[in-house]
Amino acid sequence: MTKPATHAPLLDVRNLAKSFAGLNAVDGMSIALARGELTGLIGPNGAGKTTLFNLIAGSLKPDAGSIRLGGTDLTAIGPERRLRAGLGRTFQIPRPFGEMTVLENVLTAVQNQTGERMFANLYAFSRIAAEERRSVEKARAILDFLSLSRLENEPARVLSGGQRKLLELARVMITDPQVILLDEPAAGVNPALLDLIIDRIAEINRRGMTILLIEHNMEMIQRLCARVVVMAQGKLLAEGAPADIARDAGVVGAYLGDAA
Amino acid sequence: MSPEFLAYGAFFLTMALTYAIICLGLNVQWGQTGLFNVGIAAFVAIGAYASAILTTPDAAGRIGGFGLPIAVGWVGGAALSALLAFLVGWLTIRLRADYLAITTFGVSVSVQLVALNLVGLTGGPFGITFIPRPFGDLAGNALAFGLANLALVAAVVLVTYLILERLVRSPWGRVLRAIREDEIAAQALGKSPKWLRIQAFTLGGAIMGLAGAIQAHFIGFIAPENYLPMITFQVWAMLIVGGSGNNRGAILGAILVWALWALSGQLIEATFPAGSQARAASLRLVLIGVALCAILLVRPQGILREVRTLSRHALGRKQPEVSS
Repeated sequence: MTKPATHAPLLDVRNLAKSFAGLNAVDGMSIALARGELTGLIGPNGAGKTTLFNLIAGSLKPDAGSIRLGGTDLTAIGPERRLRAGLGRTFQIPRPFGEMTVLENVLTAVQNQTGERMFANLYAFSRIAAEERRSVEKARAILDFLSLSRLENEPARVLSGGQRKLLELARVMITDPQVILLDEPAAGVNPALLDLIIDRIAEINRRGMTILLIEHNMEMIQRLCARVVVMAQGKLLAEGAPADIARDAGVVGAYLGDAA
Repeated sequence: MSPEFLAYGAFFLTMALTYAIICLGLNVQWGQTGLFNVGIAAFVAIGAYASAILTTPDAAGRIGGFGLPIAVGWVGGAALSALLAFLVGWLTIRLRADYLAITTFGVSVSVQLVALNLVGLTGGPFGITFIPRPFGDLAGNALAFGLANLALVAAVVLVTYLILERLVRSPWGRVLRAIREDEIAAQALGKSPKWLRIQAFTLGGAIMGLAGAIQAHFIGFIAPENYLPMITFQVWAMLIVGGSGNNRGAILGAILVWALWALSGQLIEATFPAGSQARAASLRLVLIGVALCAILLVRPQGILREVRTLSRHALGRKQPEVSS
């Protein structure tokens, strides 16, 4: 179903291309997310999904194409400014700050902290303290939501694979993004935590968050996404409802190594 | 204890504390941020020369001689050194750590050569003399002079320490630790690693410059040979022995290594005949090297290791835990 034309997509990625030494990892890929949508991005290994994420999040520069968020062109700016513009991402392999506590990991992610300005720490005492109190409160609410409260004073390196995924999510959530890019939140997660992760992602989306989800776990895709986008060899192969995609001969072929 | 001995003790401790300030500066750069500065000598030298030029009386054949108060010299030395650190940081910090090391080393050699050859500004190989000394009126009484200077330098160390401890526990310190651990993740969280590292490098440079200025005024005389790469090596040894990442460790390491340096110097003077003393002096370097190896073997993190710092505000507000 197409949205009325007056509703421009929140995230609008057009004709992105990136090649590495002649290999076209992403080859003219477009994807658009409406506000509040939870879209799955699937495709065989090497299809270019993570490269596409890195292009959208800004850790790679595209050779061609454009990225717009709510009408603002983000194509030319670096990853830290994209996050500030409202585009949050998690990593396929979580990257916690291992020697910092779980709570500190989340606090680090808070945006526009007065206390991150070096000199402000020598005079703006009460303002920084007040901000920090608010941040701690907010971080604790998020950790509670993600069932990590118990671990808040543990160094992040002790977390299990699934807990690290949750911590990544917590760090992104506290930045109040408009769109979250989730890179395989279920990979390497034990089944007990998987249900929790799926449930929490659904809940975040229910609260209005726009999410793009890379995932190999089709059960998760079917439970969460109304729409799935399939990538193969850097290009858009198909898109539609998960059930239809699962029956699509081209998609099945792509997964079996025959992308013709 | 005799007054002479006390005066010597004060002199020794004051010198050690000037090194402690340099070491605190290095700890901001390396311990807190992971920036590999191999050109400490340059930042100390810039601070020393800037302060000396600003405060000395007019001298024939040399630009400067502004005769300004010592405090102005201190601030000027720190500011100029900060400027140098900012420029070096701005030009190199986006590059990998090894480039920063090569660049800072190059800068330190260049600064030393400039000091040696720019006779019209630095006095060339003869350096700058008659640098005003704090509490100069007391110079007749060695003990009072020594103690007054010790108190002054100790106060500077204390203030620097308190400010740095505050910064370590602030959100600024937290984001520096995050960058040190994983720059890409920090960037994905909206932090700007480049800018934060330039800040830390500049702050460290300012502290080293201040230390250089304080040292110059305490001794009253500077020359290019004071700023050879040796001083860089000494300060690194101090930080590693004391405990990188720990401000108290930086101070303790400076005092211990300086003690080793000063006492071994006296020992060599007492034991070797005058003819071979110059060669025997290299034994001091061997001694520091051996001490360094011993520490690295026995206690690789230094005498005082880095403590896990939690930001001030988050501490002490631990919720009652409901254990399951």
